[in-house]
Amino acid sequence: MTSPTTPAAASPTIGVLALQGDVREHLAALQAVGARPVTVRRPEELAAVDGLVIPGGESTTMSKLAAAFGLLEPLRSRVRDGMPAYGSCAGMIMLADKILDPRSGQETIGGIDMIVRRNAFGRQNESFEAELDVAGVPGGPVQGVFIRAPWVESVGARVEVLASYEGHPVAVRQGDLVATAFHPELTGDTRVHRLFAELVAEAADVADSDDGGDSPGR
Amino acid sequence: MSSTPPSTSAATSGTAPETGTARVKRGMAEQLKGGVIMDVVTPDQAKIAEDAGAVAVMALERVPADIRKDGGVARMSDPDMIEGIIEAVSIPVMAKSRIGHFVEAQVLQALGVDYIDESEVLTPADEVNHSDKFAFTTPFVCGATNLGEALRRIAEGAAMIRSKGEAGTGNVVEAVRHMRQIRGEIARLRGYDRNELYAAAKELRAPYELVAEVAAAGKLPVVLFSAGGVATPADAALMRQLGAEGVFVGSGIFKSGDPAKRAAAIVKATTFYDDPKVIADASRALGEAMVGINCDDLPDSQRYASRGW
Repeated sequence: MTSPTTPAAASPTIGVLALQGDVREHLAALQAVGARPVTVRRPEELAAVDGLVIPGGESTTMSKLAAAFGLLEPLRSRVRDGMPAYGSCAGMIMLADKILDPRSGQETIGGIDMIVRRNAFGRQNESFEAELDVAGVPGGPVQGVFIRAPWVESVGARVEVLASYEGHPVAVRQGDLVATAFHPELTGDTRVHRLFAELVAEAADVADSDDGGDSPGR
Repeated sequence: MSSTPPSTSAATSGTAPETGTARVKRGMAEQLKGGVIMDVVTPDQAKIAEDAGAVAVMALERVPADIRKDGGVARMSDPDMIEGIIEAVSIPVMAKSRIGHFVEAQVLQALGVDYIDESEVLTPADEVNHSDKFAFTTPFVCGATNLGEALRRIAEGAAMIRSKGEAGTGNVVEAVRHMRQIRGEIARLRGYDRNELYAAAKELRAPYELVAEVAAAGKLPVVLFSAGGVATPADAALMRQLGAEGVFVGSGIFKSGDPAKRAAAIVKATTFYDDPKVIADASRALGEAMVGINCDDLPDSQRYASRGW
């Protein structure tokens, strides 16, 4: 499969990693902001997207399935080559360079220089909603839905913290990689997805005019 | 309704956190979609399930096949056993309460399980009432054989529905029947106009608002899984092709010859449910499947799906 040669800027093709998790909600949010969402379960599907969303779900399951189906290395290599990616909850864990307390054999894609703590806010009974101000998201606070959510333990110098809760970073950005510990896809508020889609469109523009080569910003 | 929020000593932005909201309860099930939830009776089995890629485990004292064999009253599991399983894995842990036994549910919430299954597999404690599930912070999953039953459970506060099937038989026929029934009734609602929806609500014995919501969305307002009789990778893929968003596997894994291998195979087939090649590969060399029971041979008293209403 070759990727379409039409300019991606207008409506970038954004994949949603569809091994497990709340894939449908991310597809709907991306659709709502004018992107062209597609599901990604195979390396050839990954090769055809301009950017990738890693949904919420169970991070251990996602990591195992990614490894079992030969997706982990292709994912790492595309992220290394500058593909924009956004991860929510389990997706945040997948984009972390390091997990504080990984399960045996749990591997991440990596890309964001941070250490995350899984289930940091507690079990399901402690799952909660709260309003958050997220840098770069205009129009007032975002309703943060935290479900057995991780938080960010520590970040490297290149990582920008977009939002914190109780003193812990819960939304971060490094170059074209974005991660949130909460689930905007469950709220019907598409502002975070719009931000990401714009970032993907810009990155695709740069890639078109540069014709590949260096990866910007990282 | 909501419990004590987590400590807010150092909140840097926003309002006080709210726990136990519908979005948090239903949203938890959304995270499990595309996955397999496995019955386990020991911490070791829970670890095998987690290593195989299960999205959650159901902590039980006996799997349904053994409940059938042993007979007697089946109750909530021993708290020590549930705690042992919570300690052993990091994936969500579910546990079953008897239908209408809201004190068993209170105990499960106190133990910190992530989801409560008000389950027909256990002996019902109340033949009239199900538990009021809005009274809990912990979300509930309930079984259903048809759309009306599913909507009544949602009206009582269920945050996730599973088709009932016939647990502990290793026979997928009832799971198929119930999934087709629920999906078929939803499809029929899609064609109704407003006038007809009132009558439909009466027939379904479900609140009009929920019926109208389902008719508009073409799906339940909560996640729909399948349960009761899945024993092979192809069974799991079948249920997903029929519209299940994920599967519960009970006796099918740990009553088989090679549980670790079969568990991983069912996980793969559930993710790639529409790719026969992957399902074929996953189905190879799995050893003995659990011995099945022909559901036609079950006496009425042994049909768990008829429990609950």
